[in-house]
Amino acid sequence: MAATRIDCDIHPAVGGTRTTLLPYLSDHWKEQVVSRAIDGLDLNSYPPNMPFAGRADWRPANGKPGSDLNMVQRGAFDQLGSSHAICNVIYGAQAVFDSYMAADFCKAINDWIAAEWLSRDPRLSASIVVPMQAPDLAVEEIERRAADNRFVSVLVLAQGETLLGRRHYWPVWQAAAKHKLPVAIHAGSAYRTAPSSIGWPSYRYEYYLAEAQAFQAQLLSLIYEGVFGKFPDLKVVLMESGVSWLPAFMWRANKTWRGVRVEVPWVEREPASIIRDHVRVTMQPFDGPPDATGVADVIEQIGSDKMFLFASDYPHWQFDGDDPMPPYLPDSIVSRMCVDNPLETFPRLKLAA
Amino acid sequence: MARHIVARTSDIPPGGNKVFGIEGRDIVVFHVNGEFFALLNRCPHEGAPLEKAACVARLTSPEPGVYQRSRVGELLRCPWHGWEFDMRNGQSWFDPKRVKVRSYPVAVESGEELQKGPYVAETFPVHVEDSYVIIET
Repeated sequence: MAATRIDCDIHPAVGGTRTTLLPYLSDHWKEQVVSRAIDGLDLNSYPPNMPFAGRADWRPANGKPGSDLNMVQRGAFDQLGSSHAICNVIYGAQAVFDSYMAADFCKAINDWIAAEWLSRDPRLSASIVVPMQAPDLAVEEIERRAADNRFVSVLVLAQGETLLGRRHYWPVWQAAAKHKLPVAIHAGSAYRTAPSSIGWPSYRYEYYLAEAQAFQAQLLSLIYEGVFGKFPDLKVVLMESGVSWLPAFMWRANKTWRGVRVEVPWVEREPASIIRDHVRVTMQPFDGPPDATGVADVIEQIGSDKMFLFASDYPHWQFDGDDPMPPYLPDSIVSRMCVDNPLETFPRLKLAA
Repeated sequence: MARHIVARTSDIPPGGNKVFGIEGRDIVVFHVNGEFFALLNRCPHEGAPLEKAACVARLTSPEPGVYQRSRVGELLRCPWHGWEFDMRNGQSWFDPKRVKVRSYPVAVESGEELQKGPYVAETFPVHVEDSYVIIET
């Protein structure tokens, strides 16, 4: 067996609500999705046919990229060389407006991933998909999965209904911290608001870059609302967020905090040091400079070798070829981000032999 | 160390401050909670005059939404960028070891004591019946 390498972000795809999820829905929602023809609820952020949503060689003949277990095993494990992987299912369940529909769909996704993926391949773990539309129902879903250690984190969208630090979300963070589940904030929007804080961009590409603004807003919200002081064991993982914006953001957050910390006196230390202790980031895509010196600078400016987590973002088309490792990373970072950091970040993760 | 008699205590009202030029430096003296504090009148960040600073409470919080105020008026909030400094020792809130305002010991003594000398402010008339603010530099 190859060396241990934990891929912290791969994306199995729900084929459809009326197909894939049907056996896992409650009787009411079975009837509803059939009689109302509710099926493809793919997130607008990742339309399955968009080239970026699935690299050409990772697209099955039929169905969405990421929908076929055997193909995912060949790609994420055999081809890309990972020994373990964490499944993050991005689907419209997290975006529909009906809280009860969202809750049943999320429950179905978690049942499905447990039964048809985790049970068939012990190398796989998964994030719990939760209906953040109704935080109390999100807590219920976390409690429902808490006994199953194959679920190692809680998945939320970077652009959900509102900022994640807000107090009404705290019961969700409390439940996550209680069960040693880091909160994985993944790129993607529920489209409650424009993806840019200024308004609607004209181009998809603008949306994808504006995701970094959303991640920054979420980090600020979690820090300034005092979530990490309230739940000192809570960890947050930024997934598919990009990385190289972090140094400037951390400097600016520190600088601003010095002058306005009276607004948030519960923030007792520099935001950058809170980020280093509580925030982790997946390294695909890694948007670093195109040379070893530049990359080393970014790593040093971020100031912690514990923050980086290896990820391929399979089947998203972030790179070509068989090597998912971003270029120019120092060896010390590569070894930490493949094993030590994921194991520290996801304490429930047990490596199958 | 030189001792400078800079003012009668009654010259600096409670909650107020006054700036004195001493040996080429501007030193600001604050009168808060019955005590006098002397600091260099210059924020170590960009040089703002601290005589313009707001005198605020020391604000801490055990958890979000809970505001604990103590030592009301004894912290300075710089007028330019809001950095906070402790009047008692000049330390900044955000990095007390490395970022601080120069502070000076202050004494309050009676005119009767002072007439025994020695002191520096020869031009400052000292009366037996008053009390005085003395800065040590």
